[in-house]
Amino acid sequence: MELTEHLFRHVSGRLIAALVRIFGVHNLALAEDVVQDAFCRALEMWKVHGVPENPSGWLMTVARNRALDIVRKQRVSRTFAPEVARQLESEWTLGATIDEAFAFSSVRDEQLRMMFSCCHPQLTEDVQVALILNILCGFGAVEIANAFLAGRSAIAKRIARGKHVLAQSRGLFDLADADFAARLSSVRRALYLLFSEGYHSASAEAAVRDDLCAEAIRLVMLLLEFPDAANPETEALAALFHLQSARLASRLDAGGDLNLLVEQDRSRWDASTISKGVVLLERASRGNAVSVYHIEAAIAAAHATAPDVERTDWQQIVTLYDRLMTIAPSPIVALNRAIAIAQRDGPDRGFDALHALAGNERLKQYPFYAAALASVELRRGHAAAAQRHFATAAALARNAVERRFLERRQRECLTAIR
Amino acid sequence: MSQFLYLYRSSDTARQAAMGTPERAQQSMQRWMKWMRELETNGHLKDAGQPLERTGKVVRGHQAVTDGPYTEAKDLVGGFSLIEARDIDQAVELSRGCPILDGGGSVEVRPVMKMDM
Repeated sequence: MELTEHLFRHVSGRLIAALVRIFGVHNLALAEDVVQDAFCRALEMWKVHGVPENPSGWLMTVARNRALDIVRKQRVSRTFAPEVARQLESEWTLGATIDEAFAFSSVRDEQLRMMFSCCHPQLTEDVQVALILNILCGFGAVEIANAFLAGRSAIAKRIARGKHVLAQSRGLFDLADADFAARLSSVRRALYLLFSEGYHSASAEAAVRDDLCAEAIRLVMLLLEFPDAANPETEALAALFHLQSARLASRLDAGGDLNLLVEQDRSRWDASTISKGVVLLERASRGNAVSVYHIEAAIAAAHATAPDVERTDWQQIVTLYDRLMTIAPSPIVALNRAIAIAQRDGPDRGFDALHALAGNERLKQYPFYAAALASVELRRGHAAAAQRHFATAAALARNAVERRFLERRQRECLTAIR
Repeated sequence: MSQFLYLYRSSDTARQAAMGTPERAQQSMQRWMKWMRELETNGHLKDAGQPLERTGKVVRGHQAVTDGPYTEAKDLVGGFSLIEARDIDQAVELSRGCPILDGGGSVEVRPVMKMDM
């Protein structure tokens, strides 16, 4: 049998969830050791005997047996999860309690509680995201650092800081807690950041981006399985993830270069993911709640369901950006609004809208502000001005993919001048 | 054709490093399977062998039985395979693709003794 892609990484979060239910979150490090040990055994057995019929079941069994062994040996010297401490003490209930922890529904609930625990208010958002990626998604510090273009030691510190806070807490977050709603909103925010990191990732590796987006979708769908978390705002977030990730493949061309929305091959957009996103957005719109996620998902839907750039409902997109500017204004939102105006009203009006943002310090550092100015100038027939703006943009590029893209645009202007 | 035993040796740190993150474990696994499959397809794998637990007992003399070999010991034998090759040079050459070498481990290549008559 062949190994399915990312098998170990996917099983990792589930094993940790089951083991933490037995050992308690204060013994997270012990749970991680058991997982590591199960993987080592798998590596040694499978390379000789081949991959078993049910590899994740095999890993679960190894971890279960090891947990049983540890509890028997250490139940006097170590305190385990307070919820099950009594049942672990007696041989009569020990086996059943451990089996229960590895049952499908327990693993799901425990992953949810872990997700909520990772979003502890004492932790900053960047720590929350790193922690979720490490514990629930099985990414190591090096892999997270690669995706975030951050230093490995900085990420390792974030993870360590997060785990320290987790280990200090009396248990995993109780989903019946009075703070549930506030914590749910932090969880959504963390997933949003995780997804954005994947979608806009500065990382040159396309695979890294796909993985992050896929994990964000997996976790938001897990959240939707829990009735109290499945409200319109969470559904809107799930809709946004689907509608955006459906277009992920075509953002880069075969050579790994960025493609403009205009140039994207829309036949490569994933139609079934788009329709899932549209259904989720409809579900999210049943109440009166309108969140940032609703508006962003509606914008993504307008792009994803349009046959081409010309037949895109730019009027609706401008209106949505206007609403976004009233509830969550940011320079990037203002920039996107100006770009939509250039599509709706033509390059001259677009130029005015972009020019009005010229004083913004953040946009001055953002390569796609200069790139947007360049595109509008090009449409107005000012190739020389466009070329200068693309040069500015290329100088601000944050990675090789962006730089190649912007330099290519710049060269195209030079050809137009000659 | 002669037979050779591959003894796979690695330290605990090398073993952990080869594991690393779940994704690294998976890559390591894939490299092992690919290497084993190549040996098999080319008719060099007589017996894939067995992995060994890293603890056991060591019996010395008639009374002394100790725990061991110790896991801290460098280059503990973690498993073995039986290989068929033309000569020791070819057996050594075939071992060069073994993924254990990437993780700082080693392969000991030992000819199986032949009855010369």
